[in-house]
Amino acid sequence: MTNTIDPLLAHPGQELSANAETARTTLQGMWAVRLFEEAVDSLFARGLMHGTMHLSIGQEASAIGASAALRATDFITSTHRGHGHCIGKGADLTRMMAELLAKQTGYCRGRGGSMHIADAATGNLGANGIVAGGIPIAAGAALAQKMQGKDNVVMCFFGDGATNEGAFHEAVNLAAIWQLPVVFVCENNKYGMSFSTEKSMHVEHVADRAAAYGIPGVRVEGNDADAMYLVCQEAVDRARSGNGPTLVESVTYRWKGHSKSDKNLYRTKEEIEEWRAKDPIVQFENKVIERGVLTREDVDAIAAITRDKIRVAIQEATTAPDSDPAELLSSVFRAVQA
Amino acid sequence: MSNRIITYSEAIREAIGQAMEADPSVFMLGEDIGIYGGAFGVSGDLYHRFGAERIRDTPISELGIVGAAVGAALVGMKPIVEIQFSDFTAQAMDQIVNQAAKIHFMLGGELSVPMVLRAPLGSGTGAAAQHSQSLEAWFAHVPGLKVVMPATAQDAKGLLLSAIDDPNPVIVLEHKLLYKTSGPVTEDAVRTPIGVSHVAKHGKDAVVVATGVMVSRALEAAAILAEKGIDIAVIDVRTLSPLDMGPIEDAARATGRVLLVQEAPKHVGFMAEVSARLAEGRSLYYLDAPIKRLAGLDVPIPYAPQLERSVVPQIDNIVSAVEDLMREP
Ligand SMILES: Cc1ncc(C[n+]2csc(CCOP(=O)(O)OP(=O)(O)O)c2C)c(N)n1
Ligand SMILES: [Mg+2]
Repeated sequence: MTNTIDPLLAHPGQELSANAETARTTLQGMWAVRLFEEAVDSLFARGLMHGTMHLSIGQEASAIGASAALRATDFITSTHRGHGHCIGKGADLTRMMAELLAKQTGYCRGRGGSMHIADAATGNLGANGIVAGGIPIAAGAALAQKMQGKDNVVMCFFGDGATNEGAFHEAVNLAAIWQLPVVFVCENNKYGMSFSTEKSMHVEHVADRAAAYGIPGVRVEGNDADAMYLVCQEAVDRARSGNGPTLVESVTYRWKGHSKSDKNLYRTKEEIEEWRAKDPIVQFENKVIERGVLTREDVDAIAAITRDKIRVAIQEATTAPDSDPAELLSSVFRAVQA
Repeated sequence: MSNRIITYSEAIREAIGQAMEADPSVFMLGEDIGIYGGAFGVSGDLYHRFGAERIRDTPISELGIVGAAVGAALVGMKPIVEIQFSDFTAQAMDQIVNQAAKIHFMLGGELSVPMVLRAPLGSGTGAAAQHSQSLEAWFAHVPGLKVVMPATAQDAKGLLLSAIDDPNPVIVLEHKLLYKTSGPVTEDAVRTPIGVSHVAKHGKDAVVVATGVMVSRALEAAAILAEKGIDIAVIDVRTLSPLDMGPIEDAARATGRVLLVQEAPKHVGFMAEVSARLAEGRSLYYLDAPIKRLAGLDVPIPYAPQLERSVVPQIDNIVSAVEDLMREP
């Protein structure tokens, strides 16, 4: 039994909110991210979850809008703040929850936790605990698509902070000189932990950095799932048709602290409130209701169905067997075929 | 199956060529490996044989290159990365240590990284401290990496072929001084198994365990010692991770005297691990003398030839170390 969101539907060139089916899957995706993370936050607060995690609450439209531009055969690389990307690509919510709950049935058999969810079946090449660690990997996976004559695209997610790592610059340059089918999606939530983009960069926008590599750089309202989808769709098309990479800067904001240790000393309550008012889910719901695409009852039902999926994920994951130390030593290497 | 005498670098090139002919997913990437033929001439004419797609020149971006290899390996390619000097793996350590080594285990076992990273190591060329190190212990210390150090032309070919076949990341450390040395090499694509130590020479009085260029120095020392009536065995470790202690334990028991030789600085070096394993095992009871290590001095490799020679074990140092070992009660 799988427990996933419905595949994200989209019609190229059309806003996700313009059509009942695409609006429904988009909303379900965003709710799944929000509710999954709220559940995780609460499990953690109650001492039922171990370790650490990075929540993307407030950034749901960015992950889901971008993912809507992808095909099932496309690939992603993700980050420490990656639950949204994994869910958007079709990860099983129960296996994700099981991983966070340190269970044998989790995506990484309890060896990775929140920061390392990968899912070969859905083309998720892995979240990453190293800031910018996934960016060169995405370029390489895109190189492989090109060498293998496939028309798959790699979507590479990372934060604003990651664009100050050498890995970002080396990888974007490689993708540019080789015109690789990769879309670099920088989710600019204004901070790398406590350090704001105003302090960490001497250019105004992350998207400006694209000019250094001779590729298009596009800034988009990341809390608007429609805008996010349309910009990413264009970038995905460009990549798929052999015209190389794009740097998409998704302007968004995380409501919660960086991780569990955050006391929010570097930002104001007003700033957080300002962004809470730009709730990507509420915005999208209001828009589809105003457009007459879905009714209030429809959107409430979508939230309720998604809530059930998360409830099932917690139930199933909680009763799963704990991860097994007995197999650790034999799991470091893949066995060599004789 | 015929043998010819070819150089260590020709043997590596032949292995890459044969692997690329056999499997379209094998390709090479690195700095100046194309028309230039590689900083040490290893890729040579491969660019003309296989073209720019598969013998892929890269910008000077070690982290990016290794990361790209990891990504390509994750989705069905078999990349061989050449890093110009193994010292520059420092630029790429995140991708080697935090990504390639851990992906299979940390992500639950579905994905793996069949990548080969080749890099020249070692001193003796007057290239000074940033181009002459022996950093094998760095890699051997990381679970998830296999580490090999071919000491002969045949193993340069055979270990590389096994590394390319292997579904895990393999670090192949080639000694710069060996590139121009020659030896018999099978024309066929004969694999040297990874994870098997090799008895390079049998002997009854003492055993010298060595890696890389120290294997040939130990064999030359053996010839000198033979004239003095001392018959030593020489073990070529070949694979540092996973380590095969079998032949080392056997030789230790048979001879009762063990000298461990490495070029790298002694402190926390690879031979410290071999020494510890011997000391922890039952072989210890068979020893007639304490285990000895002969290693590089704990200094950066200096430039001047007389300085450079003085910091890493030479043939005469091995000869005297064995003689000292034989004098132990
Ligand atoms: C190489 C590296 N340096 C530092 C860290 C610690 N760290 C984890 S997340 C983070 C902030 C990353 O900021 P950003 O890329 O903007 O992503 P965000 O957390 O905002 O989503 C830091 C400093 C790390 N994991 N890896
Ligand atoms: Mg950030």
